[in-house]
Amino acid sequence: MITSLQPSVHEDALASRPPVINDFSIRVATKNGSGSQTANTTLLRALFKMGIPVSGKNLFPSNIQGMPTWYTIRANKDGFIARRPSAEIVVAINPATAIEDYQSVETGGFFMYADDIKLQMNRSDISHYPIPVKKLATENEKDPKLRTYVANMVYVGALAWLLGIDLADIESALLFHFKGKRKPVDSNMKVVRQAHQWAAENLIKTDPFRVEKMNATDGLIMIDGNTAGALGAIYGGVTFAAWYPITPATSLADALNHFLPRLRTDPETGLPTYAILQAEDELAALGMVVGAGWAGARAMTSTSGPGISLMTEFTGLAYFAEVPAVIWDVQRMGPSTGMPTRVSQGDVLKVYFLGHGDAKHPCYLPGNVKECFEFGWRAFDLAEYLQTPVFVLSDLDLGMNQWMSEPFEYPDQPMQRGKVLTADDLKRLGGFARYRDVDGDGIGYRTLPGTDHPLAAYFARGTGHNERAQLSERPEDWENNMARLGRKFEMARKLMPKPIVQRVDDAEIGIISYGSADPAVEEARALLAQAGIKTSYLRLRALPLEQTTTDFIAAHRRCYVVELNTDAQMLQLLRLHAPEFATRLVAANHSDGLPLTADWISAAIRTSEGTAI
Amino acid sequence: MGTASLQKANVIGLQKIDYKGNDSTLCAGCGHDSIASQIITACYEMGVKPEHVIKLSGIGCSSKSPAYFMNRAWGFNTLHGRMAAVATGALTANHKLTGIGVSGDGDTGSIGLGNFKHMVRRNVRMVYIIENNGVYGLTKGQFSATADVGQELKHAGKNELPPIDLCMEALIAECGFVARSFAGDPKQVVTLLKAALSHRGTAVLDIISPCVTFNNHDDSTKSYVWGKTNDDRINDFTYVPHQEEIMVEYEEGEVKEVTLHDGSHILLKKLDSKHDPTDRAAAIELLEEAREKQLFITGLLYVDNRRPSLAEHLRLGDTPLALMPFERLRPSRESLDKILDSMK
Ligand SMILES: Cc1ncc(C[n+]2csc(CCOP(=O)(O)OP(=O)(O)O)c2C)c(N)n1
Ligand code: SF4
Ligand SMILES: [Mg+2]
Repeated sequence: MITSLQPSVHEDALASRPPVINDFSIRVATKNGSGSQTANTTLLRALFKMGIPVSGKNLFPSNIQGMPTWYTIRANKDGFIARRPSAEIVVAINPATAIEDYQSVETGGFFMYADDIKLQMNRSDISHYPIPVKKLATENEKDPKLRTYVANMVYVGALAWLLGIDLADIESALLFHFKGKRKPVDSNMKVVRQAHQWAAENLIKTDPFRVEKMNATDGLIMIDGNTAGALGAIYGGVTFAAWYPITPATSLADALNHFLPRLRTDPETGLPTYAILQAEDELAALGMVVGAGWAGARAMTSTSGPGISLMTEFTGLAYFAEVPAVIWDVQRMGPSTGMPTRVSQGDVLKVYFLGHGDAKHPCYLPGNVKECFEFGWRAFDLAEYLQTPVFVLSDLDLGMNQWMSEPFEYPDQPMQRGKVLTADDLKRLGGFARYRDVDGDGIGYRTLPGTDHPLAAYFARGTGHNERAQLSERPEDWENNMARLGRKFEMARKLMPKPIVQRVDDAEIGIISYGSADPAVEEARALLAQAGIKTSYLRLRALPLEQTTTDFIAAHRRCYVVELNTDAQMLQLLRLHAPEFATRLVAANHSDGLPLTADWISAAIRTSEGTAI
Repeated sequence: MGTASLQKANVIGLQKIDYKGNDSTLCAGCGHDSIASQIITACYEMGVKPEHVIKLSGIGCSSKSPAYFMNRAWGFNTLHGRMAAVATGALTANHKLTGIGVSGDGDTGSIGLGNFKHMVRRNVRMVYIIENNGVYGLTKGQFSATADVGQELKHAGKNELPPIDLCMEALIAECGFVARSFAGDPKQVVTLLKAALSHRGTAVLDIISPCVTFNNHDDSTKSYVWGKTNDDRINDFTYVPHQEEIMVEYEEGEVKEVTLHDGSHILLKKLDSKHDPTDRAAAIELLEEAREKQLFITGLLYVDNRRPSLAEHLRLGDTPLALMPFERLRPSRESLDKILDSMK
């Protein structure tokens, strides 16, 4: 069989199946740089506006224009929104990948394709819908440059008809995308309507997939983790940010640049209450942050793996000179340039111990966009309280993709500067020793440059020093100082957010995971439960690890550590943390550049448990 | 320094002893120590408030200097070659502070060249001093990138590569204050420091500062002897602080007056000046000529305060970012609700 087929005999049989409502995945195959992002996020938000739980994931190449790119949408009435390994609905616009896309359609699904794609189509287990993308695009757009953009709206309109998406919801999604600007919304809607009409008149629906309005997204928002993190930083009072462009962290700085002017222009003076600098490299970016943090700013930077490598030496300095700094690592696939547009949780070990010598750092592990916001503001309080660099380990999937979420909660506590002495304090105290452990928590008192008292100043350095911040190479000074830093780290262990634990009665198996793996783990637990395997679940939210995690491991016969890297990095930290239970910890790590799927996790655990089908 | 001078209070009522630092641990006679004492003199004489000063450095013998002046100022001995970045952050967080940076020729000319040029390009308001000895002192005598062609060192042998001229690098990065001096000429160093402290943006002082241990043999172009015999001053000038009236009497056309950002002045004697320091192209040409003929020129190469500092560019207001009260930093609950509503 070749292209431009009307539904075949087989498809009549397909058509008689009962409808599948609000439960499918869509995979859209386009060319990078063709503007399909607008079409895809419009579909995503339209489904969201219809009240159906959804997620969207952009699987894009490291390229500006021309290379193949895919976008996957998962709609699921039960709220499972992790990526699926394959899709029932495949939309093929890119001829270069059409064969692969065609083969990838799940049995029972449908293949919707631009009708100029020439391809042997011989599957009788799926429905075929050719659509005249070029023709409709040409009719609607004279400018050949804009035509490719418009072409994407053709599949939006046709899919809307096939699935039953309300055009009003498409329109409000477009209004969202174009920030209320009528003109682009109207021109896009024109194409959507025409394609919709064309589909109604020319296609015979033989697949069972449909949408129906629900209310599962009432009150929810949809946002990406980087924007959430930037907003968190802004509500956390960031005053200084320095950064250097890198995927997938750039959009965090973009969001700062977008929101800071509107949220943080002083109403009285009309002047900014922040500064944001695009540095010459990540080394300088963190250098600036360290300078700003030392001088008293709430300073942050955002980067990804390669940038983290360049920040190594400064992180060590900030740790040892005890300078507050907030560092976002939106992880991507390494080593080296690796797969720069693909997700990974491969920086865990590197970041936790970043620096040379004995250094370790508090790391937040946000598992959803709400936590990106929350940890975004909390990180400043913690960094200032502990006077140390604090990391937030996000990743490409969490950072760059759109996620449903409950609305974020406004910070529930006032900002905290930690132990800062003023000129009045110094008058009262008659001086201070910068690195003395006055309170027994390992945290000394600091002063900010400019404090008007002759005894306020101290000398910050990366070299060995005594309590008074004087250069020292005396062995006892060194050891005392390191021991104090150790006590300070114990404070971090107490102050960092505790894991979220879901204990299931008499479950012998535990799952430990973190970050963007969460939705896949939750769904995998449901799959495992169906197969008779009960699991408890502990989601880590921070490093260093603490007692909750030890207790969880102790309470289970086996704990699978689910993570997105090749070396099972968190597993290694867990074994260091609870060596007495080392053999109970089993690696369930996977890293191929794509977000985890529930299918993979449940299969891995079932295989290991000897209950594989 | 006699006791009498120690007793004398400056305009803010401090004595010279209030500008003192720790005892130096550098080699006796090291040029860097002479520069540290000129920093003390300049700040004392100008009445700079030590509590308003941050003194930063990279890593090297030169970078140890901040410990040897002004103990009442905040010090930050950062990383090798990275002081520029730290200073950029610190002086953006608090742009009301006076920044003094001390670096070495290795620190600035090799590992830190990129960060240095970007700081100059951003025009961070600070005095950036390079204590230039043509050698890596702290790692014991390797060539630095400022060593002249044909220079010889005991272990490193002969240098065949062209030097990097840090004044030229600064000029090309549109630095608005570029000077070269010699640690053996304290008077000139002090005058240049004062003018530099009055500058609007980054002021770069490349001060030839002999390393007595590794690079002070007579035919070293970075030695005391070479400096003393070859120092070719391109101009002679007086610094007049802004509080003081210009008292010097001069004939029409005899003196060129340059007003600095803080209202102070430089008076240049035109007669024996070979160079107009307000002419950038001339400054570049002069450096080029000095390189060709291996001349040891010192003095104010270029001054221009038209370019806004980074803090001005960022529109920083009266309250430094670091001292902003929290109520100005956390937007309202309503503003968050509004954003979240728009994400529905
Ligand atoms: C990243 C890094 N690399 C190398 C060093 C070793 N190091 C310390 S000082 C120095 C050179 C200093 O030379 P210069 O800046 O000219 O200062 P001087 O000692 O001559 O005053 C080097 C290479 C270091 N501290 N850090
Ligand atoms: S080695 Fe050279 S630069 Fe270092 S202290 Fe001694 S004289 Fe100065
Ligand atoms: Mg040197």
